[in-house]
Amino acid sequence: MDSGIITALITLSAIGAVAAVVLYFIAQKFKVIEDPRIDDVTDALPGANCGGCGYAGCRAFAEAMVKEGTMEGFFCPVGGNDLMKSLSPLLGVEAVEKKPQIAVLRCNGSVKNSPAKYSYDGPNNCTFTHTLSSGEGGCMYGCLGGGECVDACDFDAMYMDPETGLPVVKDNCVACNACVLACPRDLLELRNRGPKDKRIFVACMNQEKGGPAKKNCSVACIGCAACFKVCPHDAITMNNNLAYIDYEKCTLCRKCVEVCPTDAIHEINFKPRPPKAEVPKKEPVKKAVVVEEGAAPAPKPAKAPRTESVEVAVEKPKAASEASDKKEENSSENQNNNQ
Amino acid sequence: MLKTFRIGGVHPKENKMSASAPIEVMEHPKRAVVPVSQHLGVPATALVKKGDFVKTGQMIAKGEAFISANVHSPFTGKVFRVEETLDSTGFRRMAIIIDVEPDNWMEGIDLSSDLKREIDLSPEEIVKKIHESGIVGMGGATFPTHVKYMVPEGKKVEYLIINGVECEPYLTSDHRLMLEKGEEMMIGIAILMKGLKVNKCIIGVENNKPDAIAHLKDIASKYQGISVEALKVQYPQGGEKQLIDAVLRRQVPAGKLPLDVGCVVNNVGTCFAVYEAVQKNKPLIERIVTVTGKPVKKPSNFMVRIGTPVDMLLAKAEADVEASGKIINGGPMMGKALVTTDVPVTKGTSGILLMAKAESNRNEEQNCIRCSKCTTVCPQGLEPHLLKILGKRMDAEACEVERIMDCIECGSCVYTCPAQIPLLDYIRIGKAKTGAMIRNRSRK
Repeated sequence: MDSGIITALITLSAIGAVAAVVLYFIAQKFKVIEDPRIDDVTDALPGANCGGCGYAGCRAFAEAMVKEGTMEGFFCPVGGNDLMKSLSPLLGVEAVEKKPQIAVLRCNGSVKNSPAKYSYDGPNNCTFTHTLSSGEGGCMYGCLGGGECVDACDFDAMYMDPETGLPVVKDNCVACNACVLACPRDLLELRNRGPKDKRIFVACMNQEKGGPAKKNCSVACIGCAACFKVCPHDAITMNNNLAYIDYEKCTLCRKCVEVCPTDAIHEINFKPRPPKAEVPKKEPVKKAVVVEEGAAPAPKPAKAPRTESVEVAVEKPKAASEASDKKEENSSENQNNNQ
Repeated sequence: MLKTFRIGGVHPKENKMSASAPIEVMEHPKRAVVPVSQHLGVPATALVKKGDFVKTGQMIAKGEAFISANVHSPFTGKVFRVEETLDSTGFRRMAIIIDVEPDNWMEGIDLSSDLKREIDLSPEEIVKKIHESGIVGMGGATFPTHVKYMVPEGKKVEYLIINGVECEPYLTSDHRLMLEKGEEMMIGIAILMKGLKVNKCIIGVENNKPDAIAHLKDIASKYQGISVEALKVQYPQGGEKQLIDAVLRRQVPAGKLPLDVGCVVNNVGTCFAVYEAVQKNKPLIERIVTVTGKPVKKPSNFMVRIGTPVDMLLAKAEADVEASGKIINGGPMMGKALVTTDVPVTKGTSGILLMAKAESNRNEEQNCIRCSKCTTVCPQGLEPHLLKILGKRMDAEACEVERIMDCIECGSCVYTCPAQIPLLDYIRIGKAKTGAMIRNRSRK
C-alpha cells in the first residue's frame, strides 16, 4: 500500500515537472505584451459601461485611447473633465477639455399644451406608437410619452412627469447619449449645460407650417422667424419652419425668448425677469438668406474679447463666474458629436 | 369534408350584418383628396399642379419605380392644391385635392354597362394595361398587380387562384361583388388567365357565402378551366399562403413567394378592376366599401370613388359616430383604427367598421400562463409568445432566428390569448427592427 502512494507521488511529480517545462516554453513563445496602461486607465474609468464615449465599454475605450496615444476625440461623459484630467498623467498626454453637456427635451407638447384628440389603447412603446399614429395630441413630431428614453437611461437621470406626460431630465444627467438614440422622433439633444447651468433652446421639433402646428399644440414653433431676425449673434437658423439655436454661438442674451409668440423657446435656470426691464432696442440684424448650420457666420462687428479660459462653468468659483457670466461662452474647438 | 389550411387558424364570430345590402352608388363629394401613395411601394409622382383642370380617369400621378402604381383622377374638376394632408394614421402624406365638378370622362372610356366578352389584347398588352390602369391588390394589401404578372425567367405558373374568401368578420364587399358583378369578375379572371398564360384557375370561397358559391359555379360552368372551391370557414384563409394551402395543399416555403409553388393569387375585387380596365378602358378609380358595425343603423356596401371622405360614407350609412369607441379602416382582425374620419377612401379601403364603446377597449394585460394557445392557432407555425418577448426586447438577431419575418400579422394569437396580451403589437416592433437590420445588411 505504501509503495502504491509513493509510485503515484513520483509519477504525478514527474508529469507536473514535464508539464511545467512545456508550459514555460509555450508561455515564452506566445507571450502577449499588453500595455500596462490599459489596465490602469480601465481602473480609473467609472466602469459604467454605458457606451456614452462611443465605445463598447470602458475597457474598449481605454484600449482605443492607449493605442492612439492621444486624448483628442476621446471623452468620458460620465467622469467628465475631472476624470480626463486625472487620466492625463497616466497617458502622458494633454487632456482635451469639453464643456459639460446635458440632454434636453425639445418638445413641450404636454397634456395641457397639446390635448389628446383620441385615446391610444395599446402597448406604451414609443417606437411602436410612432409607426402606428402621430400621437394622441396630433403632432407628428412631438413626444409620445412612452418613456423609452427613461428606460434607456442607466443613470436614473430621467423620469416621466405624470402631470405633463413628458420625460424630465434631472441634473445628474451625464450626457451619455443613450436617450438620444432611444427616441424614435429625435426629440432629445445633448446641449452644453451653459454657464451656471443656464441654457436656452427651442423646445419644439415641429416642421409643419404655423397653422397646422398651432392647431395641435399651443406652444409649437410656428416658424415665424422672429427669433431668427432678433438674434444678434447668428446663433439661430431656420429650417423647415423650425428654429434651431446653436449652443456654441448662443450668448444667452434672451432676446429670442422675449420675441417668441408661442413661448416655444425655453430658458432654464435664469433669474425671473424684472417686471419690465429696459430692452435695448437694437435694430435687428438683416439677413437675406437662411444660413445653413455650420456655414460661415455673416460678417458683423467684433464682439467683446472672448476669454480663452478652458474653465468650465459648473466648476468655477461662485464669485468669479457671476462676474464673467456673459463672457463665459469661450471659443472652444471641441467637437460635438451631436449636431 | 370541406378544405381549409392545415396549420392553426381561428373562427371569430362572423357578424356579416351588411351581407344582404345591395351595392349602392355613393354621391360625389364637394372636395376629394386623392393620396399619391395608395399602394405598397414607392409613392407615385404627382403629374398635376395647383389650378390644373383634370378629367375623370385622367392620370394624375405616375408610379415610376418598379413596385409602384399610377393614380388616376376619380373626378372632374380643378386641382385645389397638391400638398401634404392628414392620412388615416395622423401623419401627413402628399395628396392631390380636387374641387369636384360634374363628370367629364376621358375619351376612350366605355361607360355602357354591356358585357364585353371577347378578349382582344395579347398577354403582354394585358399586363401593360393593368400597369397603366394603376391596379393594385384590392384585398387590402394594395400590392401593385402588374408586378405579380411579370413572371421571372425560369418560374412556371400552373394555377391562378382567386381569393373570394373574405375571412375577415363584418366585411361583405367581396361577397356583394361576387353576387352582383359575377359575370364581369369572371371575364376579368379569363383576362388574367390569358395574361398569365395558364389554363387552370380556382376560386376559393368560404362556405358562409352559399349564394355566392352557387352563383359563381353557375357562371364558371360556361368557362373552361375555372372551378369554384367551397372552403371551411376559418380565419385567416384570405392570406395568400393559407389559401394556396387550402385549395392546392401546397405550402409556400419561408421567405418564398407563391410563384415558387406555381401560383399567383388575386382578390375578386382585383379581377373586377381588371375587367373594367381591359374591356372598358376604365382605370381604377372606384371600389366597393362596406360600412358596418353595431353603431351603424344601415350597414351598407357602397360603390365609392377613391378620394371620397369617410365622413360621407358614415353619414349615408347613418352611423352613430358618438356611440362608437373605435372606427377601423378594414376588418376587425387586421384593420387599423382611424385617428380621424376626415380621411379619404383609398384603393385599399375594403371596409369601415365602427365598434361600440363597450367592445372597443382592450382588457388589461395579464401574465402569460404558457397555455400555448397562440402557438396552436398561428397559421404560420410560429411561437407568438416567444416572439413577443423578443420583440419587446427589440432583439433583432434572435427575432430573425425565430422567423419573425414569416409572421403575416393576422392577429389570431391576440384573438385567442386568454391573458389578453397584445402579442401582435410586440411582434410588429420586432418585425420592424428585424426588417431594418436585414435591409442594412443587404445594403452592405
